[in-house]
Order: sequence, then structure tokens, then C-alpha cells
Amino acid sequence: MNTDSTRRNARREFLLAAGGIAAGIALESAAAPPPIRAAASRAAASAEATQQAIRKITGAAPVNKGKVRLELPELVDNGNAVPLAVRVESPMTPTDYVKAIHVFTQKNPLPDVASFRLGPRAGRASVATRIRLADTQTVIAICELSDGSFWSGSADVVVTIAACLEEI
Amino acid sequence: MARAIINLPASAKRGEIIEIKALAAHEMETGFRRTQYGAVIPRDIITSFACTYNGVEIFSADLHPAIAANPYLAFSTIATESGTIACTWTGDNGYSLTESVAISVA
Repeated sequence: MNTDSTRRNARREFLLAAGGIAAGIALESAAAPPPIRAAASRAAASAEATQQAIRKITGAAPVNKGKVRLELPELVDNGNAVPLAVRVESPMTPTDYVKAIHVFTQKNPLPDVASFRLGPRAGRASVATRIRLADTQTVIAICELSDGSFWSGSADVVVTIAACLEEI
Repeated sequence: MARAIINLPASAKRGEIIEIKALAAHEMETGFRRTQYGAVIPRDIITSFACTYNGVEIFSADLHPAIAANPYLAFSTIATESGTIACTWTGDNGYSLTESVAISVA
């Protein structure tokens, strides 16, 4: 009887102590959210910001679908360096050529990625680079032709390790 | 050590389309990352790139933080005459770098 009650007491003390530690951990993490989480929630441009960035380039001109082929891997292991290529169907003659290619993202902290300006001397309308992607998202490329029309193409990418989230 | 590499064929036929690949060694710090103490690391990127063929601009680009570190750019041009192809990278904190490569066109 006596031994039984001491054992029960010991168990109760252990449970109390364990509970206290757990509560302490919970309090601590609630009081000091890691700065990373704050950065991640503030990041990510909305789809609307992307539309605004596109409108800044195109103005009131309509954007047609087609002519632009955006080459991106469907599944990206590392969002820090994603190979991207943009090819536009264009004869690239002095009278009919691609003036510029702009690339936008929807869920990166900023919608703009890059703007390339080329001309008839390029011979073919194709550019390639490596970009950062912060999330699984759609990447959009818009090209401006010499006649002033705009054409767009897009690609969906699944990103497993996002860019720009690590601390240093 | 070279801070930039430009890769293109040393010689080409007149009228041939050649591919130019340019790579610069640069961290491209986005300005969105933080230290473990929560301080924002200031942005430090290459903001623009231009390529000239015997002094005439044939390609240029505006780069944003979404371009990966050590920015790589590949584009093309028509080989018109022998001469030099020069690339210039400019960026934050007064960054400026120019590299040139000779090309002979037959």
C-alpha cells in the first residue's frame, strides 16, 4: 500500500513536469515567431500585382494568347536556379520581328523576372536564362512584336524547394 | 579569375545565326532574405545587361531579383562581320563589368 502510493506520486510528478515543459515550449514559440515565417507571408506578389506589372508593359493594348513558347521543367527540385527558355514564332525580318520579351511570375515576392530587348539582328527569337521560383506557380512570358501587338505564353511549374527562404 | 565568361563560336560564316552565352559571377542577393536575427540583407543584384557587336547594341536585358545567382543569359545574333562582341553588366552598388570576345566571320 505504502509503496503503491509513492509510485503513484512519482508518476504524477513526472507527468506534471512533462506538461510544464510542453507548455513552456508552446509559449516560447508563440511569443517569438521565427522571422522566416513573417518574411514568407509578406512575400508573394498577388495575381493582381502580376496583372499590374503586365499592364505597365502593355498599356491598354490587348494581349493575345499564342506565338510564345515558354520552356520550363514541370517539376523543379530547387527553386534557386530554374532553367527557362522563351521562344517566339517570328520570321525575325527587318519588318516583322520581336522587339521584347518580358517574363513574370505570380507568387514570387516581385512579379517581374526579366525583360529582354532584341531586334531583327537576333536571327531567331529565342532567349534562355536561369530564374528563382518561390513557390509552385504559373510563369508568364509576354512578347512585343514590331507591329505593336502583344502575345503571351505560360507554363505551370511545381517547386519542391523554394528560393529565397533560407536564413544566412 | 574571370568574373564573367562569354561563350560563342570563334568563327562563323556570314549570315549564320550564332548563339551567345554570357555568364557573370555575381551573388544576386534578392533583398528578401534575412539573417538569423531577422535583419533584412540589402539587395545587391545586376540590374541590366547589354551586348554590342562592333559597337552596335544587339541585345539588352533588365534583370530583377528573380534571376538566379551567377546570371546566365543565352541569345542569338546573325554573324555579319569580323570584330568584337562586348557584354556589359551593371548593377547595384556601382557594379559594372565589361568583357569582350573576338569573332572572325568568313
